[in-house]
Amino acid sequence: MGKQARLPSLRRRLIWQLLALSAVLALSLYFAVRVGAERASEATLDAVLGAAAQAMAEELRSAEGGLVIAIAPGTFSMLAAMGEERIFYRVDVAGQTVTGYEDLPPPEMPPSALAPIFYTVPFRESDVRIAAVARSVRVDGRAAPALILLGQTREGQGAIAANLGNRAAALGLLVFFVAIPLSLFVARSLFSPIDRLAEAVGRRGPRDLRPVLHAAPAEFAPFVTALNSFIGRLRGTLSQTETFIAEAAHHIRTPLAVMRNDAELALRQSGEEGTRARLRALIRSADDAARSAGQLLDHATVLYRADQADWAAVDLADLTRALVARLAPAAEMKDIGLQLRIDGPLPAVGDVVLIEAALRNILDNAIKYSADETVIDVRAAACGTMARITVSDRGRGLDGVPHDRLKRRFRRGTNVADVAGSGLGLTIVAEAAGAMGGSFSLTPRDGGGTCAALSLPLALS
Amino acid sequence: MRGIILAFGLVITLARMGQAYEIEDERHFGPTGGAEITVLSTTDIAILEPVITAYLDSNPDLGLRYVVASSQEVYRAIAEEAAVFDVVISSAMDLQIKLANDGFALPLPSDVMASQPGWARWRDLLVAVAQEPVVLLLAQGALAPDEAAPRSRRDLIALLRDNPDRFRGRVGTYDPAISGAGYLFAAQDARLSDTFWRLAEVMGRLDARLYCCSSDMIADLDTGRLMVGYNVLGSYALAGGHAGYQVIELEDFTLTLLRTALIPHQSTNPDGAEDFIRHLLSPRVQALVSEGAGLPSVEAAAFERKPHLRPIRLDPGLLANLDRVTRKRFLEEWNAAMVQP
Repeated sequence: MGKQARLPSLRRRLIWQLLALSAVLALSLYFAVRVGAERASEATLDAVLGAAAQAMAEELRSAEGGLVIAIAPGTFSMLAAMGEERIFYRVDVAGQTVTGYEDLPPPEMPPSALAPIFYTVPFRESDVRIAAVARSVRVDGRAAPALILLGQTREGQGAIAANLGNRAAALGLLVFFVAIPLSLFVARSLFSPIDRLAEAVGRRGPRDLRPVLHAAPAEFAPFVTALNSFIGRLRGTLSQTETFIAEAAHHIRTPLAVMRNDAELALRQSGEEGTRARLRALIRSADDAARSAGQLLDHATVLYRADQADWAAVDLADLTRALVARLAPAAEMKDIGLQLRIDGPLPAVGDVVLIEAALRNILDNAIKYSADETVIDVRAAACGTMARITVSDRGRGLDGVPHDRLKRRFRRGTNVADVAGSGLGLTIVAEAAGAMGGSFSLTPRDGGGTCAALSLPLALS
Repeated sequence: MRGIILAFGLVITLARMGQAYEIEDERHFGPTGGAEITVLSTTDIAILEPVITAYLDSNPDLGLRYVVASSQEVYRAIAEEAAVFDVVISSAMDLQIKLANDGFALPLPSDVMASQPGWARWRDLLVAVAQEPVVLLLAQGALAPDEAAPRSRRDLIALLRDNPDRFRGRVGTYDPAISGAGYLFAAQDARLSDTFWRLAEVMGRLDARLYCCSSDMIADLDTGRLMVGYNVLGSYALAGGHAGYQVIELEDFTLTLLRTALIPHQSTNPDGAEDFIRHLLSPRVQALVSEGAGLPSVEAAAFERKPHLRPIRLDPGLLANLDRVTRKRFLEEWNAAMVQP
C-alpha cells in the first residue's frame, strides 16, 4: 500500500483562518476608528473655527478714525483650548493687511461671502488649519473687500485621534489574543464529532461490518452514508464469496463420495497389485479432498455464524464432556486415552455450533498428531472471568513455528507432511474464539507435545 | 531715573531708530570666560539675586549674565532682533504667549512641565515661575484719620472723586503705551469690569502720572510724591520693607500675574537654560523666592485662600489684546480718558 497523500490539517487551516480573520478585524478596527475620529473631530473643529472666523468678520466695521475689529479673547482661548493649540489670524481690507500675521498664507481660491472655506498650510513649523471668510466693509464711503483668516494648529486633534486609534488597536489586539485560544477551542469542538466517529469505526473488530449508526453532524451525513453503502457493498461481496466457497465445497463432497465408493468397489474387485496400490492412493486423495471440503464448509459456517452473532447461554462443561465422548471412538482406534477433568459448571454466552467446531478441531488435531498409545489431557476450568479449556497432547509439538502463523488460513506446520490436513483447522478455532470475545493459543508442552488453550468469557451471573 | 513718560518715550524712540532693544540694567554673576547662561528679564536684579547666587553656588564653574529690560523691549529683542539669550523671564504674559505662539520658544523638558499645574504653563513652551497679585498702594497720609481704606474700585473712585485737591497730580499708574505689563493689566481690567473706564476718567481728571515700571512708582510713593499707586506689582511693593505705604488687594477683583519663563529658539545653551528653569521651579528655590525675594511662588492654594484673586489666563486669548487694531483703539480710549480738556 502506498503512502497516503496528505492535505494540510483542517484544524490547522481553521485556526489560521480564524486568526487571520481576527487580525484583519483588529487592523480594520484601528484604521476605522482612527480615520473616523480624525474626520469627526476635524468636522467639529472646522465648525467651531468657521464660526469664530465669521464672528470676527462680523465685528469688522469702519468707524471714525479707521477700521474697528473687536477680537474677543474668549474666542482665542476657546480655539486654543483643545490641546493648547497655537492661534494665527490675519485681516486684509482692500488687499492690505490691517492686522494679524501678514505672512499667513491666503487660500488659493478667494472664499465666498456665504460660507468659510477651510485649508491646511504649513506655517511657522506647524501645520495650520485656516478658516477664510470674505465680506465687504465700507471704507471712506466705498465698499472694500475684506478677507479674514483665522488659523489654529491641530495637534490636540491629532493626539486625540491617535489616542483613540491606539485604544482601538489595543482592543483589536486583545480580540486577536482572545481569538487564539477561542479558535483552538472552536477547532477542537468542531472536530470532536469526527474524532468520535473515527474512534467508533476504528474500535470495530476486523469482521464487524455493521453499518455505522453513530450520531454525526449533518455536514457529515453524506460521508457516513457513503461509508455505510461502502460497508454494505463489501459485506455483500464477502458473503457472496463465502456462499460461493460453501456451495463449491458442498458440490465437491458428493462426487468425491461417489468417486471414493467406486474406487473402494474397484479395489475389492481388482486382483492386480499395481492397480490396487493406485486405487488405495486414489481413496486417500479423495479422503483428503473430502476433509478439506468439510473444513471449508466448517470455516464458512464459522464465518457466517460469527457474523450473525446470535449468542445464547451455553454450559461449556456439558459441551466439552459431550464432545469428548463423541470423539472417544476415533481416539480408541489409535489406542489414545482421553483424560477429562472438568471443574463444576462453566456457564458462558456464545454459539454452540461455533464452540463445537472450535473444540472439535482442537481435539481432532490432538488425536491426529499424537503417537499411538499416548494420553491426551482435556481440562476445563474457570480462570478469572474466562472459562479455559486446555487440550494437552504428547504429539510431535510445534517444531518452533510461532503459533500465530499456524492460525493463518491454509498454513500448516513444518513437521506434518505425512498427515492429511487442510490448514484450516486452527484458523476456524481462532476465528470462532475471536468472534465470541475469547482467545486461542498454542504453546509447546513441557516434556514434549503441544498445549492448546481455548478461552471464552464466562456469563456474568 | 526714567520716571517721566516723555523722557522714556524719547529713549524708546531713539532705541527703535537704532534698531536695538533698550536695556535697563545688566550684571554678570560668577566667573567669566567659561560656560555662561544669559538671562533676559523684566525682573529687577535685586529680586532674583538670591536665586541666582544659590544656583551659581551649586554650579561654581558657571557664569550668568543677567539683563533687565522692559517687557516690550524683551519681546522686541527676541521676536524682532534675534538677540541671543538662553532664558527669557517676563511679567508681560501676553507678549510671552505671543513669543511662544509665534514659534520663538524651544520646548521645555517634560519633567519640568509635568510638575506644573495646567494653569501655570502653556504647551511645553512657557512656564510660570512666580505668581503675584497686582495691587493698589496707598501712601501714608492718603487717608484722613476717619476714612476707611478703599476695598473696591468703586470705593477708590469715590475716594478720588471726593478729594480732588488731595490727589491731584499724586495718582500714579502704568503707562499702557510703553509698558507691556501696564497694557496687560489695563486690558484685563477693562475686560473684567466697566468700572475701569470710570476709574481711568477720574485718574485722568486728577492729572495722573504714568510710569514705565513698578519700582519707579514705589520710589515716588516712598518719597511722598505719589499718594496712590494703581496696578502695582505686589512683589515689588512687598519687597525691601518699604514702610511709606500700605498694600491693598482690591476685593472686587485683584489680577494675579504669572511671571513666565521660556527658552528662546536662538539659545546657544539650551541645556543650561533648562537646568536654570528647573532650578527656578524647584521647591527649595520657590520657597527662597517667596520668602527671601518677595516673589510669591506658584501655588493653586492662594486662589482658594483669597477668592478675589483672578489669575490672568495663560493662553492665546491674550493674543487678542495684542492685536494691532485692538491695541490702537484701546490706547486711543485710554488717551481720551487721561487727557481731558
